[in-house]
Amino acid sequence: MQAFTQLNGLVVPLDRANVDTDAIIPKQFLKSIKRSGFGPNAFDEWRYLDHGEPGMDNSKRQTNPDFVLNQARYQGASVLLARENFGCGSSREHAPWALEDYGFRVIIAPSFADIFFNNCFKNGMLPIVLSADDVDTLFKETEASEGYKLNIDLSEQSITSPSGNLYKFEVDAFRKHCLLNGLDDIGLTMQHQDAIKAFEAKHKVAQPWLFN
Amino acid sequence: MSAKTLYDKLFDSHVVTEENGTALIYIDRHLVHEVTSPQAFEGLRLAGRKPWRKDSIVATADHNTPTNGWEKGLDGIADPISRIQIETLDSNIKEFGAKAYFPFMDKGQGIVHVMGPEQGATLPGMTVVCGDSHTSTHGAFGALAHGIGTSEVEHVMATQCLVQKKSKSMLVRVDGKLGKGVTAKDVALAIIGKIGTAGGTGYAIEFGGSVIRALTMEGRMTLCNMAIEAGARAGMVAVDDATINYVKGRPYAPKVDQWDAAVAYWRTLVSDDAAEFDAIVVLNGDDIQPQVTWGTSPEMVVGIDGIVPDPASESDATKKGSMERALQYMGLQANTPMNEINIDKVFIGSCTNSRIEDLRAAASVAKGKKIAGNVKLALVVPGSGLVKAQAEAEGLDQIFKDAGFEWREPGCSMCLAMNADRLESGERCASTSNRNFEGRQGLGGRTHLVSPEMAAAAAIAGHFVDVRSFN
Repeated sequence: MQAFTQLNGLVVPLDRANVDTDAIIPKQFLKSIKRSGFGPNAFDEWRYLDHGEPGMDNSKRQTNPDFVLNQARYQGASVLLARENFGCGSSREHAPWALEDYGFRVIIAPSFADIFFNNCFKNGMLPIVLSADDVDTLFKETEASEGYKLNIDLSEQSITSPSGNLYKFEVDAFRKHCLLNGLDDIGLTMQHQDAIKAFEAKHKVAQPWLFN
Repeated sequence: MSAKTLYDKLFDSHVVTEENGTALIYIDRHLVHEVTSPQAFEGLRLAGRKPWRKDSIVATADHNTPTNGWEKGLDGIADPISRIQIETLDSNIKEFGAKAYFPFMDKGQGIVHVMGPEQGATLPGMTVVCGDSHTSTHGAFGALAHGIGTSEVEHVMATQCLVQKKSKSMLVRVDGKLGKGVTAKDVALAIIGKIGTAGGTGYAIEFGGSVIRALTMEGRMTLCNMAIEAGARAGMVAVDDATINYVKGRPYAPKVDQWDAAVAYWRTLVSDDAAEFDAIVVLNGDDIQPQVTWGTSPEMVVGIDGIVPDPASESDATKKGSMERALQYMGLQANTPMNEINIDKVFIGSCTNSRIEDLRAAASVAKGKKIAGNVKLALVVPGSGLVKAQAEAEGLDQIFKDAGFEWREPGCSMCLAMNADRLESGERCASTSNRNFEGRQGLGGRTHLVSPEMAAAAAIAGHFVDVRSFN
């Protein structure tokens, strides 16, 4: 997994609550058996005016000029600013794959859906929860100032705005450690394989029917 | 020993190691389907890993599978990419192994959350995971069950464990008694309407109270299935006689010589009387009406007697914006009575409502009637091959066909429209599924979530109608 330490990134504001993973990556793209290449279809139904299908040449499709990701000033954005309950719905990890493939490394919102939040960390992305008021302030500043960038520092757990405002955020210590060092969960868990075997042996004695 | 919630008991009994609040928990059952597993199997292959315990894996194909044209076999899958995904599951299971596999067109094939319980592959006290958010369904058995992403699917395959932090606990208690025509689906929607789609975020929900105790296991599955729509990864119901009676005799249930010990343990899977929850929500079942969603989030829901709400009366700017966008997408005017909204299609199916009791309930409404002229398509998609066979043995298929419904093969179908079953842009659907998100059932499609009875009644009337006064 790619590590995440620090980022100074252009911010794009997606001003909708309850953005679900069906919207982030529509179902027709879940037929892929790969985990890459979803970026051109991130937010497909909002981003393009036609109906997208796998295998289409996306560069030839007509984009929706009203959708914020398509606006010239937000090209190259790596920080997604969002509203409440971002990533709700389906557990599809294709959603963080699509956002990461698009170029996002950080998502800031007042709240996230649990499964999506968890999936981000598995893909070198940092989802950050700030208060609704702070998110509101960032929305206003992003929209008011073209080229608005935020500086995000994971080890300091801080976001610095262009005006110098500092926002501190919480992150689980284990997830932070994995993200800072780009550590693969499976490798870490395998260090506990003796404990897993011991648990399993005990579990099998207590509930043998689970091992039929 | 301090009093424990059911969630505490399930979580604590599966902790392998714990450090600073992050635990490694052991997974008993891993349900696998074709959409969220190929990248996980590929990860194992690339790392030269094997499943830790292949006997924990029970797999089926459901999301992509067609619901008609089965006489053509794999050639009946019109979309070549869907076909590759289904064939990839076949080859992955062949290579890596599984306790049980119900491939495309097998008589045991079905929606993973219908198949697991009916096979007895879901048992009380288990930890159950699947790369699908509706895995919360299995919590109906007094199990700890939740959806995971594909990286975690690979992690569970490789290590039999998940890295987890314990959630907060919420008790949703539904007191009183449900009225006639009010179902587990209506209870689920009423709860989501009350606490919101993020109301359960960060929580594991236990459903309790007299209404829940009176639900059948299938009703409890419907309810737990939609815990995720309230934001909770896991929903659960304590074990009682209904749980044990349901499990008994299923193919993968404990053997005869294990049964008494299993039941004795399962009986402990209830919250202790003195257990404390981080949050408690109480509803009165007598107040719950048949529910219909009006918007693009399951929390946008009212009783059938209600009207489409008016954004003008909402003071919160973000909520108001969401309401306005939802009404525009849904093609609805504020203040329209719900029972005046006409529909184009009907979908009875999904992991929420495709079990035999759901089909019986819908058939009882449709019996001897015809679908309305404005209804272009009314689909009934049984949850599994076994549900389909049971329904046919009871003659339910004939009742549906006589009324003008199409009777299909099992699968996820138009719940998420990955296969050929979908809404066209602008079409309005009465659906027994679980999500009314924009585009969920097809680009531009308009979904209203209802119970099977309400869906059947809408099919006959051509518009939403109160099933309690419908005949």
